[in-house]
Amino acid sequence: MRYCAEITIQLKQGMLDPEGETIQRALTHLGYAVKSAHAAKRLLIELEADDSDDATGMVDEMCRKMLANPVIHNYSIVIR
Amino acid sequence: MKFAVIRFGGSNCDSDVHHILNDLLGVPTDLVWYKDSIEGYDGVVIPGGFSYGDYLRAGAIAARTPIMSSVRRLADSGKPVIGICNGFQILAESGLLPGALRTNEYPKFCCKWVNLRVENTDTAFTSGFKEGEIVRMPVAHKEGNFFADDAALQDMNSHHQIVFRYVDPDGNVADYANPNGSVENIAGIVNGSGNVLGMMPHPERASESILGSDDGRRIFESMVEYAEQG
Repeated sequence: MRYCAEITIQLKQGMLDPEGETIQRALTHLGYAVKSAHAAKRLLIELEADDSDDATGMVDEMCRKMLANPVIHNYSIVIR
Repeated sequence: MKFAVIRFGGSNCDSDVHHILNDLLGVPTDLVWYKDSIEGYDGVVIPGGFSYGDYLRAGAIAARTPIMSSVRRLADSGKPVIGICNGFQILAESGLLPGALRTNEYPKFCCKWVNLRVENTDTAFTSGFKEGEIVRMPVAHKEGNFFADDAALQDMNSHHQIVFRYVDPDGNVADYANPNGSVENIAGIVNGSGNVLGMMPHPERASESILGSDDGRRIFESMVEYAEQG
């Protein structure tokens, strides 16, 4: 089966996020009451897998091996 | 005695390091493409640059190339490995050194001279310095903001793994002397054995007095001396 994985990689909570902070300030200047903004990276990966669990397992391994840096990142995976 | 300077696509400080080792120190040094072998070399330099366009994260792709397994074996055998700037990012991404390099606190490319305090002279790269000495070298990076969690920092401090800190001209650790927001003003660290060094400042750009400083040269001299002692 072909699956599409949407991976979101984000700095861990409390980690300094200068890009997010800059965006938040700019939105505030535009008059929006924005409490916080966080920048994240989104990756879309197509892959062949036996089933959805198999796909999730493979993508999770990819995240641990390369796509995210466990020292500074959290990640989430959505499989379609 | 021969050294290897590893070239990835996007490395750009390779020739500078080669010049220092080969021409100034007279140590036979090869520029080695990442698909070639580092078998038989006595030490390795991973130079600065923008390997793989800094895609994904700075150093992330280069850290997962097969040659890094050879670098790990060479390091495990006690030979010196130094990663400068992008090379430091690659060493951290590969797990050869602890921590990670984040985007600078002020998220722009930062290119300036900095003062560094030598914190540990008992490494393969710093035997030519005096402890507490202040040296000058330039930094040039956007992802040099060193991070390690509290437990890792404590571990690194207790094992004297922090080798260089950003300081003011009088040698004080100060926020205004920190170019990128690194925790504890950390500019360079070693592994537990002291034979793998990662640093954001560029010693190869401060190895001849005509460049404004030759403080960096002593890092390469110390490394060569360490390698000669085997």
